[in-house]
Amino acid sequence: MIVPYGNVLLLAIILFLLGAVCSISRRNLLMILIGVEIMLNAAGLAFVAASLKWRLLDGQAFVLFILAVAASEVAIGLALIVYSQRRTGSVNADHYDSMKG
Amino acid sequence: MTLYSVIFYVLAAIVVLSTLLAIIQRQVIHAVVYLIASFFATGLLFYLLGAPFLAALEVIIYAGAIMVLFLFIVMTVKAESGEDKGEIYQWLPAVVLGVISFFVGGVLIFEIPGSKTGLSTGMATASAFGQFLFKNYWFPVEIASFLLLIGLVGALYLGRRELRKGSEDRR
Repeated sequence: MIVPYGNVLLLAIILFLLGAVCSISRRNLLMILIGVEIMLNAAGLAFVAASLKWRLLDGQAFVLFILAVAASEVAIGLALIVYSQRRTGSVNADHYDSMKG
Repeated sequence: MTLYSVIFYVLAAIVVLSTLLAIIQRQVIHAVVYLIASFFATGLLFYLLGAPFLAALEVIIYAGAIMVLFLFIVMTVKAESGEDKGEIYQWLPAVVLGVISFFVGGVLIFEIPGSKTGLSTGMATASAFGQFLFKNYWFPVEIASFLLLIGLVGALYLGRRELRKGSEDRR
């Protein structure tokens, strides 16, 4: 026996909330994207633990798709950050106020 | 308390600590380096939980590719000073919401049946995982590869050099 199943879920929820707090409270666009990466990683950890608990490989297959989504999301997101930094000269989310929102 | 549970708690402490250090860094580049340590430890956790192929993929893709991409962009994007001063009104709502969600989620996790049952060790070999994947999930694999292709095209489109009128003859 490794650990009870709930402990792994608790670790996953701690990681997910750390990523969510990072995404909410930071103003730098790169840090917001890093928070999203942490959240995706925590979801993958929960899937692997569930895959081990029920002895089914479906959870591991889903982690593979999470990896593909994370890779393409970070490529598009970083390209968007570079694009908007080239247009506005800033990576601070508070400086994107040209619509006076 | 077996050896496996000791390894799990050590790895969990490393993951939580390095992620916590990563999200409170002022400089993005320090955060990225802390996250590389966090993803290595997560890969070891995947290995411990019986997914050696995913452990390798975690190290290669997350710690190797995504974080290196972040490092390149951090070096490309011009650093700005005088922001993210850590005002309390930015951190306080997020931390309060996170703590509330943590307690609610913790109570929920330990109330559901089956959360006390221990995980016994197991290992899915890479060949078994690959055969399962291409037997049951061949169509989502195709969709994932198409998604990666679209990501490639989109990144190329967004990252191209701006061509304004009259800028060609200057180059």
